[in-house]
Amino acid sequence: MTTALRFHNLTLGYDRHPAVHHLDGEIAQGALLAICGPNGGGKSTLLKGIMGALPPLGGTVERLACPTNLIAYLPQAHEIDRTFPVNVFDMVAMGNFRATGWFGGLSKQDRERTFDAIASVGLTGFEDRHIGTLSGGQMQRILFARVLLQDAPVILLDEPFNAIDQRTTTELLALVKRWSDEKRTVIAVLHDLDVVRRTFPQTLLLARETIAWGDTDNVLKPENLLSARRMVEAFDREAHECDRVA
Amino acid sequence: MLQEALVEFFIAPFSEFEFMRRALVGACALAIAGAPLGVFLLLRRMSLTGDAMAHAILPGAALGYLVAGLSLPAMTIGGLVAGLSVALLAGLVARVTALREDASLAGFYLMSLALGVTIVSLRGSSVDLLHVLFGNVLALEDNGLTLIASVASLTLVALAIFYRALALETLDPSFVSSVSRAGGYAQALFMGLIVLNLVAGFHALGTLLAVGLMILPAASARLWTADITRMTIVAIAVGLLSSWLGLLVSFSHNLPPGPVIILMAGMFHIVSMLFGRAGGWLRRIHRQIHLEA
Repeated sequence: MTTALRFHNLTLGYDRHPAVHHLDGEIAQGALLAICGPNGGGKSTLLKGIMGALPPLGGTVERLACPTNLIAYLPQAHEIDRTFPVNVFDMVAMGNFRATGWFGGLSKQDRERTFDAIASVGLTGFEDRHIGTLSGGQMQRILFARVLLQDAPVILLDEPFNAIDQRTTTELLALVKRWSDEKRTVIAVLHDLDVVRRTFPQTLLLARETIAWGDTDNVLKPENLLSARRMVEAFDREAHECDRVA
Repeated sequence: MLQEALVEFFIAPFSEFEFMRRALVGACALAIAGAPLGVFLLLRRMSLTGDAMAHAILPGAALGYLVAGLSLPAMTIGGLVAGLSVALLAGLVARVTALREDASLAGFYLMSLALGVTIVSLRGSSVDLLHVLFGNVLALEDNGLTLIASVASLTLVALAIFYRALALETLDPSFVSSVSRAGGYAQALFMGLIVLNLVAGFHALGTLLAVGLMILPAASARLWTADITRMTIVAIAVGLLSSWLGLLVSFSHNLPPGPVIILMAGMFHIVSMLFGRAGGWLRRIHRQIHLEA
C-alpha cells in the first residue's frame, strides 16, 4: 500500500483558533475516503489544508502522491460567484489549467477533451449557457466535469451532493467510483451518511479532533456519532494557549 | 445649412482650438483604459472601492503640490505613493486586525481626504484646491497627455496579459487557490492599475471625478449585455461618447469640462437603467408575461 497523504500532528485554523486539532494519520493511494462530522468540525478546513491553500498552525501535511498543484478540488457551491458572466464551456475548460496555465490557449485536443467532459456529465448542448441560468444539480455536474478534466491523482470534493436530487447524486457517485477504480485518491466531505455507507469504504469522523477513522461500518456507530456531536463546543474566545505535545 | 450647423457644433471646436483637441485625446485615452477596469470593479463588487481609492490619492497629490506647486511630476508621484500605500495598508489591516477590508479602506480614505484638503489649504488658494479636486482637462500639457497615454497603454497591455487570472480570481477564488498561488498577485496588480489610472485621470478630471469614467460606463454597459467582452466594448463606447459630448457641451455653454463629461456618462447611465436590454427597468416591466417553457 502506497501512502498518498500523511498528516503529522496537523493543526489548521483561523486566527489562532484551531478548526482541525492535532490530526495524525495516513491516506493510502487509491483510497475512497469520506470525511464526516458536525458543522464547524473542520472538514472543509482539512481539505484546504491538504491542497495547501491554508498553511498549518502546527504540524505538517506530506503530499506523497503529487504536488499541491496536481490536486483537483471541487469547492462548495456558494464559493462560486454565479453572477459572473461565463458560459458552461469556459467554466469546464478551467479544468485544462495545468496545460494552459495563466496565459496559454486551448489546443484542439483540449477543446475536444472539454466537450467530452461535458458529455460525460450529461450536459451536451449546454455549452453556451450562462452558468447563472443552471440549476443547482446542473452546476454541480459542471464542477464534476471540471474535476474530470483536471485528471488529478488526488481529488477533493467539498459537500458535492448538498441540495442535489437523488438521480444527479447517483450519476455523480458513479463518476466517483470510476475515479476510485482508476486508483485515484478521492476524499469527500459528506453529510448524507447513507451515501457514505453505500459508497465509501473508509471514513474519517472529524469534530475538530479525530473521533474515529477507519472502515466506515466501524466509524459510523451511534456512540461515535454522539461523541462527535459533543466535541464541537462553541468557538471559545477565552481559550488558553494549547500546550499539548504530539 | 443643417450640415454646416452640425459641423459647427460637433467638429469645429476641435478643429479650431488646440486645447480642445488635447482635452479630447486625454479624455478618450482615460475612457478607453478606464472602461475595462470599471467592468472588473463592477464584477468584483468593488465599485465603491474605486471611489475610495480616488479619495485616497488626494493627500499625496496635495503634498506634491505643497512641495512643488502645480507640478505634474510631483503631484503624480505623490498621488501614486499615497494611493498604493492606502491600498496596501487596507489589505494589511484587514489581515492583521478584526476589521474587514471595506471598513479599513473606508477608514484610510477618510483620513486621507481630510489630510489632503488640509495640506492644500496650507498653501494654496481655493482655485488651486478646485484644480486638485476637479482637475482641468482643458489645461492638459504635453507631459500630462504623455502620462495619460502611457498609463492607458500600460493598462491595456497588463489587462490583456492578466485577463484570465483576474477573471478566474473573481469567478472562483477557491479553485484558483487550489491550482496556483498567484491569485493574490492578480488582485494586487489590479489595485495597482486602478491607482495608476486614477492618478493619470486626476490631472484631467480631478481626484474625485476620475473614477467616474471607470464606473459609470461599466455600470451602463452591464444593463445592455451580460457578456464580459461586449460589456467592455459598450463601456468603452459610452466613455468615448461621454468625453466627446461632454467637451462640446462644456465648450458651447461655458461649463467646467470635467463635471460635464461625467454628467454625460451619468445621462447614458440613466438611459441604460430605463431602457437597457439586459436588466433595464422597461425591459423588466415589458417581460412580465411568462413563457411556456
